[in-house]
Order: sequence, then C-alpha cells, then structure tokens
Amino acid sequence: MVTDTPLVPDAAAPGEAPTPLEAELLRLAGSVPDPELPQLSLADLGVVRAAHQHPDGRVEIALTPTYTGCPAVETMAEDIRRVLAEHGHPDAAVHTVLSPPWTTDDITAEGRRKLAESGIAPPRPGGPAPGGGPVPLTLAVRCPNCGSTETELLSRFSSTACKALRRCVSCREPFDHFKELL
Amino acid sequence: MSGTHDVPGGVPGGAPGGVPGDPHGGRDRPGHRAALALGDDALVLAQRLGEWAGHAPELEEDVALANIALDLLGQARTLLSLVDDEDKLAYLREEREFRNVQLVEQPNGDFAQTIIRQLYFSVYQELLYGQLAGCRPEDATPVAALAAKAVKETAYHRDHAEQWTLRLGDGTEESHRRAQRTVDGLWRYTGELFQPIEGLDIDWDNLRATWTTSVRAVLEQATLRVPEGSQGAVWAAGGGRQGVHTEPFGRLLAELQYLHRSHPEASW
Repeated sequence: MVTDTPLVPDAAAPGEAPTPLEAELLRLAGSVPDPELPQLSLADLGVVRAAHQHPDGRVEIALTPTYTGCPAVETMAEDIRRVLAEHGHPDAAVHTVLSPPWTTDDITAEGRRKLAESGIAPPRPGGPAPGGGPVPLTLAVRCPNCGSTETELLSRFSSTACKALRRCVSCREPFDHFKELL
Repeated sequence: MSGTHDVPGGVPGGAPGGVPGDPHGGRDRPGHRAALALGDDALVLAQRLGEWAGHAPELEEDVALANIALDLLGQARTLLSLVDDEDKLAYLREEREFRNVQLVEQPNGDFAQTIIRQLYFSVYQELLYGQLAGCRPEDATPVAALAAKAVKETAYHRDHAEQWTLRLGDGTEESHRRAQRTVDGLWRYTGELFQPIEGLDIDWDNLRATWTTSVRAVLEQATLRVPEGSQGAVWAAGGGRQGVHTEPFGRLLAELQYLHRSHPEASW
C-alpha cells in the first residue's frame, strides 16, 4: 500500500508558490489518465495535491484517494512514477495524503463535462455558493443519455466505490452517477 | 494487500515510531492501540461482508455489500499501516491479538442479521469518526485524518442499513420476524461499542446516548421493538478490545489467513 506517515503534505508548504519545475511536475502527474475512468485525467479528478523537489534533487508527488479503499490508487501512483521517469525524473516518490479529505467538488468543470459525455452523470455541486449566495437547491440528477431530469435511484452502490446506479424514467436506460462526497 | 510501502522519511514496512527491538512493533503505544482497535473493526467486518459476494439476494446487493467491504478494507489498511506492516498484522496475528469488538465478527446469518449488524455498527462508526474528525485539521492525528475522510463513506453505509431495516421491519410478516429476532439477538453485543479506547479523545457517554437515540428512531420507524434493558446487562458480551473473541471468529480468521500462512508472500 502507498501510505504516508504524517498525513499532511510535507511537499509544498501552504502558501508557497511552486517553482517552475514543480509546476511542470504537477502538470505531468495531472496528465496521467485515471485507471478506471480513462477519459478523465488525474487533474480533472482533482487528486494530485502537490509536487515538491527536495534540496537534494529528490522529487515527490502528493496524491489523495477519492475513497479510502479505492483500489486504483496504487495504479495511479505507478502511472505517475512511470510518466515522471519518462520525463527525466526516474526516482520520483508518490505518497498519499488524506487530509483535507477529497470531495467531489474537487472534480473540475472539464472533468464533469467529460463524465457526462461518457454516460456518467456527474456529481452535483455541494456547499454554499462562494461569497454567501442563496441556499442551493437540491438538483435532480440528469440522465446522461436523454437529458431528462426524471431519474430514480436503483442502488447507492455501483460498478466502483464512487458511483451509484440510477435509471432514467423517460428513456428507461440505467446509468452510473458519480455520487456526491462532500 | 500488498506490502509495497512508500513512506517518505519512514522505515518501509516498519513501525512508524516503533522502538527498535520492540517485539510488538510499537503496538503498545496509546495511538497505536487506538489504530489497531478501529483497524481491526474495519478489517473483520470487511471480511464478513466479502462473504456475501455471489450470495446476496439480488445483484445490486452483491455490489453494495462488496463496495461497503471495500471501503472498510481501505480504512483497515490505512489504520493498520499506522501500527506496523499491514500484511503481518492481518495475516500473522493469533486470535487473541485482534482488538475488534465482538459485534463485527458475528456471522452473516440471514440477510436480516447482516443488515441489523450493519445498522448497529455503521451508526456507531459514523458517530465515532464524526467526533474524531471534529478537531482542527492542524491538530489532527493520523487516526483523526482517516476518520475525517472515512466518515463520509460511513454515512452511505449507515443510509444503506437504515433503508433495508425499514424494508425488512415494515415489510412482510416473515421479514419482520427475522429482523426482530436479530435486533434482539445482536443487542447484547452493542454495549461493548462504548468501552473507552485508550488514545481516543471521545465523549463515550455522549456517543452511547446519541447512538441509542439514532438506532431507536430507525427501529421504531421500522415497526421493530427496541430491546429493553441496557446493552449487555443480563449477559455481558464484550471483551473483543481485550482480545477475547467468540467462537465464530476462529473460523473467520482461518479463512482470512489460510492462503498467506500456506504460501508465505504469495501475491497475484
């Protein structure tokens, strides 16, 4: 298992701007496709937290899991190491951080678009609008096939830990919904 | 589980902060004792729920129970890795070295028994993790960081158990009868949930009160009778946190550990 001891990213202290190299490392790590949803990159998913180069040249990436038991984390770490090795960083270390916990709000707008495009209803946004806007309504989950908002829950658990199984009442197609984790 | 640790600045596969030459790999420190107790709860329940794969009443339940088991296994791996090598802890400890509550080792029984066990445990785990997660992020211990992450997953487990409790309790005469039988039968194992765990900053009396209120509300809505008396008053089950386990636990461990003990270091 890929674990860390401190559970806080010692890579890139808060408020410290990444160096040009670290920004490049972040870009490379973020470009890796998700092993289970290959249409999304790790950057779309919002799971690459930080990149850090130690004074002695060692390179470290902080990765956060979507779910604690997500079996894709080890593949993600391997893929990141491979991509970094291909770009001249053969000994990069990848460690996982849990704090602060990942939420579905970390999925980028681009990530949501790609999910919907591939037939998976994206998670609904959570939390109050920035700046204290109006209380958000509970939005319906839209069918990714026909666009109808008339959909029903079949099971809270589906093909992976992060999805629920729903069915469209209009077109009758079952579909996966990336369920909210906020 | 694989043994590939990647701990920056740590000892790969070793006990973080473990004392050299310590035969228990640092397991006797309070923070480690807490991680071991919560990690064993998650590991043993994951193993139990995994037994349903291919046997659940419907495909969606096969998937749901396996998903819940996977979440719990993830928690167990993180927690046990805080103490020592996760594989060593899972596969090479004897029964008396496990610190899980006896509730989670109880057999799956019929579907009602699994669901009521899930209800009792997931309500507890969500409240416990919720309290642990309540501290400020900068004060978070590794166990609290895991709790803050896992409490959101546990909310789904609790919701799943509640929905099924309502359907079984307020369903047919037969489903009601079976649900009531297991509500009563497992009640004696619930007192142990509130035994303080050294190293955790928890208001245990408050936890017990909140748990009882939540479970009572679900059972009543499901038209099930809430067992009378305090948990474990007549025959006090419990002792899992001290390493005392019930008979079915030995068979669970045998299945969990058989492969690793027969073929050490076997991997896929």
